[in-house]
Amino acid sequence: MSEVNITLTVNGEKRHVSVAPGLSVLNMLRDKLDLTGAKLVCGEGECGACTVIVDGTSVNSCLMYAVELDGREVTTVEGLQTSEKLDPVQQAFVDKGAIQCGYCTPGMVMQTTHLLKQTGKPTEEQIRRGLEGNVCRCTGYTKIFEAVNQAAEG
Amino acid sequence: MSEAIEKTTLIGKSITKPDAPDKSNGRTRYINDMVLPRMLVAKIKRSDRAHAKVLSIDTSKAAAVPGIQAIVTADDTPMVGVGVTKDNPPLKKDIVLSMRDELVAVAGETEEAVDKALALIEIEYEDLPAIFDPAEALEEGAHQMHDDKPGNLSLGYQTVHGDIKQAEKNSDHVLDEVYDVHYVTHVCMGPGCVIADFDTHGKLTMYTQTQYPYNYKMDLAPSLGMHPGDIRVIQPPVGGAFGSKLDVYPFEPIAVFLAKKTRRPVKLFFSREEEFSASPTRQPARFHIRAGVKNDGTLTFRDVDALLNNGSHTSWGATTPFVMMRTFTGHFRVPDVEFRSRAAYTNMPYAGSFRGYGNVQATYVTATVMDKLAEAVNMDPISFRLMNAQKAGEVTPQNSKLEECFLGECIETVAEKTNFLEQYNAFKAEQDSPGRYKKGIGIATSFHNAGGAKIHKSDGCGTVIMLDDYARATVITGASEIGQGIDAVLTQIVAEELGIPTESITLVNNDSAIGPWDVGVHASRTTFIAGNSAKRAARKARDQILDAAAQRSNVAAEELDLRGGSVVQNDNGVPVMKIDSLLRKMHFAGEDAELVITHDYYEPPSEPEGDNHVGDISAAYSHGAYVAEVTVDTWTGVVKLNKMTAVQDVGRVVNKLGIEGQMEGGIAFGIGYGLTEEMIIEDGEVKNPNFRDYKVMTAPEAPELEFHFIENDDPDGPFGAKGIAELPTIIPAPAIANAVYNAIGIRFNNPPLTPEKVARAIVEKQAAKVAAE
Repeated sequence: MSEVNITLTVNGEKRHVSVAPGLSVLNMLRDKLDLTGAKLVCGEGECGACTVIVDGTSVNSCLMYAVELDGREVTTVEGLQTSEKLDPVQQAFVDKGAIQCGYCTPGMVMQTTHLLKQTGKPTEEQIRRGLEGNVCRCTGYTKIFEAVNQAAEG
Repeated sequence: MSEAIEKTTLIGKSITKPDAPDKSNGRTRYINDMVLPRMLVAKIKRSDRAHAKVLSIDTSKAAAVPGIQAIVTADDTPMVGVGVTKDNPPLKKDIVLSMRDELVAVAGETEEAVDKALALIEIEYEDLPAIFDPAEALEEGAHQMHDDKPGNLSLGYQTVHGDIKQAEKNSDHVLDEVYDVHYVTHVCMGPGCVIADFDTHGKLTMYTQTQYPYNYKMDLAPSLGMHPGDIRVIQPPVGGAFGSKLDVYPFEPIAVFLAKKTRRPVKLFFSREEEFSASPTRQPARFHIRAGVKNDGTLTFRDVDALLNNGSHTSWGATTPFVMMRTFTGHFRVPDVEFRSRAAYTNMPYAGSFRGYGNVQATYVTATVMDKLAEAVNMDPISFRLMNAQKAGEVTPQNSKLEECFLGECIETVAEKTNFLEQYNAFKAEQDSPGRYKKGIGIATSFHNAGGAKIHKSDGCGTVIMLDDYARATVITGASEIGQGIDAVLTQIVAEELGIPTESITLVNNDSAIGPWDVGVHASRTTFIAGNSAKRAARKARDQILDAAAQRSNVAAEELDLRGGSVVQNDNGVPVMKIDSLLRKMHFAGEDAELVITHDYYEPPSEPEGDNHVGDISAAYSHGAYVAEVTVDTWTGVVKLNKMTAVQDVGRVVNKLGIEGQMEGGIAFGIGYGLTEEMIIEDGEVKNPNFRDYKVMTAPEAPELEFHFIENDDPDGPFGAKGIAELPTIIPAPAIANAVYNAIGIRFNNPPLTPEKVARAIVEKQAAKVAAE
């Protein structure tokens, strides 16, 4: 099938990309735009490692077609940082030891960013529910909860 | 000169992982993210039969797919096996022994082309009778899987100490039970991946996820017909390992065959389904245990028969009995002990090494058996354990020298912190009262090597330290980083010795052509072994710097210290000179010029196992006592773990943040083993190869955790530290099972305690009660 030209905003920059109709957002980011922060872990929306934000909402980028992004805005983990300093959510994950192997981290950071935008200062229950679609195999989540709290404190 | 610099210490403080910032913003390039120029992608066509003759393989249609560059089958390979007993040829010929067996591999320009080609490969099979149960595999007349393995026997282990028969006669109660422990798998977030790349000299670079880069070369080379010296191992960042990458697995030589054939770099990677169905598992086992006790509570004997499902081929799983037996024979004071194991080939998946290494299985049995024996002699779970706990100076039957032993202190502390006995008695009294939700509390303990484990010819690690003209240190270590945080610990240790900031240290540990030898990340050994090596190399650098400072300051080296980037007077902290300035003076000293480059190879003071598996294999041992508090929903069978309190002998905390992270993450594995994780395998096929059906712990289930570290400097540990990271995976499941018993009075000898299993047991218990009335 022939490719489709789409125009979208990625991390604040306008991009023109030619994509196959079956290409996922995740594979477009990784293979066409060299944004390898989002990870392919399960490929079926069960683990959250590919989480990015599309028009203000977190999505599993492995489950979304790239063609759906025409005219829309995507933020990836590479796009959060706006200065030499890490974004406060990223910094909180570093400070609290919420990163071991780090493979889930880009997804966790994006989901946390979304959660904080939705809730401001989330309750413990909101943090647990908010991150339930993001699997971490290393940390047991304790330090991730602490990182979310630190980021929420601002 | 400037103000005095106080003596401070980094040991016990929280240090963030040096690699964390790049992991937080997507900058880290994991192996799965890597792309080399002209790189091909590759995948494997596996058997879809558990046991069959392979009549023909037709790859002609696959080869015709545009973009396909190479296809390999067993005919293209030397047919030399990989794995612990080398019984696993990377590509199988004529016979497949399991669903996962590798038959064909394809390399092409794009993943799409490779997928298309894989679908076009035609394989004709003739099914053979398959065996899935290890007991059946050992029956006379059972189909023999491997030509050189009569009776389907793989590995067996045996250790005998004392006189079981006599000990049994001296026992007032004898427990005789069978346990079945299940298949679980690592579920690394980063799927399996390797990149093989030959240079023009014919030398091979392997970009791999391996946890043991040095012996990896030795293990890989024969399957390729290569010399180990012609292989360079580069370890890009990996998405978890947990023991799954301690052996050579078929996909790694397969990538090399394709790279060789195409003279291009080849990246071979797993789907998530393969990660579940074609990666190693934890070793499943059936244990027949008999254990005796006297009425006064004294343990008399333990006799254990272990039958292991070896699966189709052999990796580390089949060797886990040498760790199991340490616990069965050496945890608590048991005078007469015997352990025998047999691993039988079947047409099932095979097990590898996995955090906890046999001790997860053994501790599930011993820690629940201890509870049962306490009950048999009408003692509470705490007093019974305390009276049988070893004390410092005791030696286990296998000669693990417990020079220090804090088992009793761990048990007392956890009992006190959780108000154990009061809760235990209250919940026990509530067992049969009406009410949907039942609470329970349970304790489990174990011990594990905490100063390495001498299972290879060396258990050592090397370090090279170089200081530049600006007092920045490069620390080259053999120790691998797989997420566990050795980067932070070694940085901390070297900074402590050299009196320079942690930011001044660069750790290099990802290239076998640069780093000195290390046996690998396993056995809770890295902080202890690599930490000692780094400390000793740093001490040599420190001595060299202090000597040079003494020569230039008329103050004796013994009266000097390194603090805050300066050489200072030890007694008052007054700076004598800056370290960087001194290093330049040393460097540019004409004929006396010297650089500070030091190295060390640390071999721990432990011994290999001799006959009968006797030997003090670790330089240190450590104990832990954990308490689980649960609520059982008697309608649904759901066991909710409310809290886990862990008390562990750690020697000394080096990195507080790191040790907490290892405890928390390790416990998550233990909880999964006890409650939710299970590979469902039917007729040799993994039926739940995905996150939806294989239940790893997610955020809502994470329990409250409380830790108490017992800190007494280990005489051989770096700054007194011991290895800690496996006990947290080993102890939780039986603590949970004991808590469930306290809640509902039902024992489970077959983890995990899934809702279905628990609910069924509750219904059966009620039915039996009604029938009895």
